[in-house]
Amino acid sequence: MLAIDPGLLTKLGSQDRVICVSATNGKTTTTRLIADILRAAEIDVVTNHTGANMASGVTGALAAPHAASVAVLEVDERWLTHVVDPLSPELLVFGNLSRDQLDRSGEVHAIVNRWRAITEADPTRHVIANSSDPHVVYAALPARVTWVALGIPWIHDATTCPQCSELLTWSDDGFKCSSCTFCEPQADYRLDGEHFIAGERRIHLDLSIPGAWNLMNAALAATVAEAHFEIPAEDAIKAMNSVEVVSGRFSKHRLDDDREARVILAKNPAGWTEVLNWLKGRDAGVVLAVNAHIADGRDTSWLYDVNFEVLQGLSVVASGERALDVAVRLRYAGVECIVEPDPLKAALAAGGKEVDIIASYTQFTHLTKRFW
Amino acid sequence: MESTLRIALIYPDLLGTYGDRGNALVLAHRARARGITAEVVEVDARSSIPESCDIYLLGGGEDAAQVAAAEGLRLAKSSIERSLTAGSAIFAVCAGFQLLGNSYAAADGSELQGISLVDMVTTAGSDRIIGEVVIEPSQASGLPLLTGFENHGGRTLLGPGEAPLGRVIAGRGNGNGVDGVLRDGVIGTYLHGPALARNPALADYLIAYVTKSVLEPLADTLVDQYRKERLAFASLRGAKLKRATRNLHRG
Repeated sequence: MLAIDPGLLTKLGSQDRVICVSATNGKTTTTRLIADILRAAEIDVVTNHTGANMASGVTGALAAPHAASVAVLEVDERWLTHVVDPLSPELLVFGNLSRDQLDRSGEVHAIVNRWRAITEADPTRHVIANSSDPHVVYAALPARVTWVALGIPWIHDATTCPQCSELLTWSDDGFKCSSCTFCEPQADYRLDGEHFIAGERRIHLDLSIPGAWNLMNAALAATVAEAHFEIPAEDAIKAMNSVEVVSGRFSKHRLDDDREARVILAKNPAGWTEVLNWLKGRDAGVVLAVNAHIADGRDTSWLYDVNFEVLQGLSVVASGERALDVAVRLRYAGVECIVEPDPLKAALAAGGKEVDIIASYTQFTHLTKRFW
Repeated sequence: MESTLRIALIYPDLLGTYGDRGNALVLAHRARARGITAEVVEVDARSSIPESCDIYLLGGGEDAAQVAAAEGLRLAKSSIERSLTAGSAIFAVCAGFQLLGNSYAAADGSELQGISLVDMVTTAGSDRIIGEVVIEPSQASGLPLLTGFENHGGRTLLGPGEAPLGRVIAGRGNGNGVDGVLRDGVIGTYLHGPALARNPALADYLIAYVTKSVLEPLADTLVDQYRKERLAFASLRGAKLKRATRNLHRG
């Protein structure tokens, strides 16, 4: 890791209004959506939307010559403290927190406590946060918060109360600690299916990017637009509609046999769960391309946290350097598959009128380079 | 054992951080492949642990979750002991393995009580142990080399009357040259998460123990290939493995 002089970042950050977006999943897409919304509202924007989200990437984005503007920065959840301290952003956007590469990130609670220290240090800062995620709620609570209820597809890391460690109970009204006062806050905005709800207004989220997880990203971006920049959500949603590809995510490519292949990044159990749920409603061939380098997480145990059973009946190819880990997992999920470590050969081997390639991080970056 | 093999997944909401559910899937799958009816019983954190199961699975968990799990397990200790006496087995991984001992270390280093099913203590190490592991089980167990992944801060010292699951060939295990614990009906290990997916012989060992039967081997080229790949990978890290790999198909 390149050592960054915090003084440099402080100096760079003082030129711009800064907002930082962080989450386990969706931070790159949400950052891109917010940047496009602001640009459509004729606000000058600098951003680091290539996934360069640690201190060096943030410094790079701010160091490029530009007119004073709004800096919309995606920040790795583990690096947030190192970026917030020198940049002193006016807004923090908290999406979700769940298990991710436990061999390198450490456990979720450690990240939650670091985020919480940031809001405790400056309770006057504006935070826009997902009220459906207990980890995010605990991290945001000390600040001046606008809550948006995005829902939480992955609750398996939120069994115990982040405040007192007793068990959380879940109901239709959300979560509530069985022992202390910690509970789901009243939301100012919310996502309801494909609609963004702002008071009496119910606005359809008309997106070009796929999946339930992108509806969550879009609702978060719409809340930022309306609650922080006073841009009506209707205008924000119009601006988001033109986004089709985000740093290679969701990009489509023509295979040698003339079929279309779409590349989707999935990095952790929550992300994979969302993508698998989307796949089961389609009739495409599926390539599951998994590596286990440092950036993917070297441990493939997470394969058993994810419900691959939903792929039963689809044409599935286990791929990537860890194709055998995937194939063994699929065996126990009752999903028949073939094994082909090269994801492009795998795509050709998969059945279906089109093919979805779901890739772990290093598979994804490698694939997008091969396609471009 | 009654006619159905009952596999208890204990507190998957607390002790399920690393794909631990996989172990229940593998046990059920391999039992059914031998014509044994198998059922997975999930025991969540609000439920009491049933006495009537055959194999009890304890997985890995974060610190707060481990403390919550310890409370429930202490309450259930006598029923677990009765069940073991009646011929059941426990397979405990990582945080779950630590809980079987007399004490374990909390995040801040303080000492917390385990359930004292096994004479052992776990203290906090100076660094976190993360990476691929290979274990050579004792000859007497009849088990082949075990492959897995570990991620833990604890160092576990077995009491004089306890035997480890095996000798560490690659990785660090308990932190003193051996990994886990092995005795009648109790297996503990730092090979975390879905350890049985990489080591079906260990799954068969548990099924054979509780069914008091000799299991027919299952031909499985996919898993053989997978094990070979993982053992070769770990061997890049230690020449010691080379010697031991010769015994790969022992037993």
